Amino acid sequence: MSDKTELTKKETTEVQPATEQTVQEQIIRPLVDIFEDESGITVHADMPGVSKERLNVKVEGDTLTIDGIAEIPMPEKMEPLYADVRATHYQRSFTLSPEMDVDKVEATLKDGVLTLRIPKREEHKPKKIEVKVG
Amino acid sequence: MFGIPGFEGSLFDDLLRIQRQMESVFGSPLTAGIRSMGVAAFPPVNVGTTPEEIDVYLFAPGVDPTSLDINIQNNVLTVSGERRIIREEGASYYRKERFDGEFRRVLTLPEDVDPDRVDATYKDGVLHIRIERKESSKPRQIKVN
Repeated sequence: MSDKTELTKKETTEVQPATEQTVQEQIIRPLVDIFEDESGITVHADMPGVSKERLNVKVEGDTLTIDGIAEIPMPEKMEPLYADVRATHYQRSFTLSPEMDVDKVEATLKDGVLTLRIPKREEHKPKKIEVKVG
Repeated sequence: MFGIPGFEGSLFDDLLRIQRQMESVFGSPLTAGIRSMGVAAFPPVNVGTTPEEIDVYLFAPGVDPTSLDINIQNNVLTVSGERRIIREEGASYYRKERFDGEFRRVLTLPEDVDPDRVDATYKDGVLHIRIERKESSKPRQIKVN
């Protein structure tokens, strides 16, 4: 299950066919905050249980995908009593737009929160145009 | 849970699927735990048991562990804390899906937990609370002489 969202547009074009629920492997779509400032776009994604070693961020063409596996320490012979979280695989994709510099994406992970910084290419950063008083 | 043997593809999945279906048909489950909070509660919680202990997992990423207040009274566990998201000023937000604010979750545990033997660790955004069962209720091997 992958969810593509145009990063720079507010409206979503997500289409989730009803059958998608029945796919064999459950995938958690991490919750995100996304904002844009003059120099780029920042994504914060909640991925509790994922360590650096089990996190994968990749850009293929114009698609940015975050992928991670949560590792939960569990004693042997444990039986579930109650569960809100029922999968360990997180994945979500976004479509980037051409002004973003995919070679300079920076990713940091702290306490289960992934932060991605996607800078804009130099030529796309807004320039302030001085108005000269003649 | 957890995508680990014993937690998936089992009875558990079926129960949850049935519950979800019921919720989608009736709006809310016919019978819910009195302290249950619905699907979107923060932080999500998993509870597992072994003959020796109860393990509670709270999926609370980005929380300062020192802000967490963990309280156990008899068999009722309360975890409260706060996750404040600092918003960038002047930035335009496209999505704000992540939880922001104070939270509190209350769980009823099995009766035989020992409130004096609890430990909690916070790693990669998961708070793991281990509560041992009372000695008297742990399984014992009885030798035949």
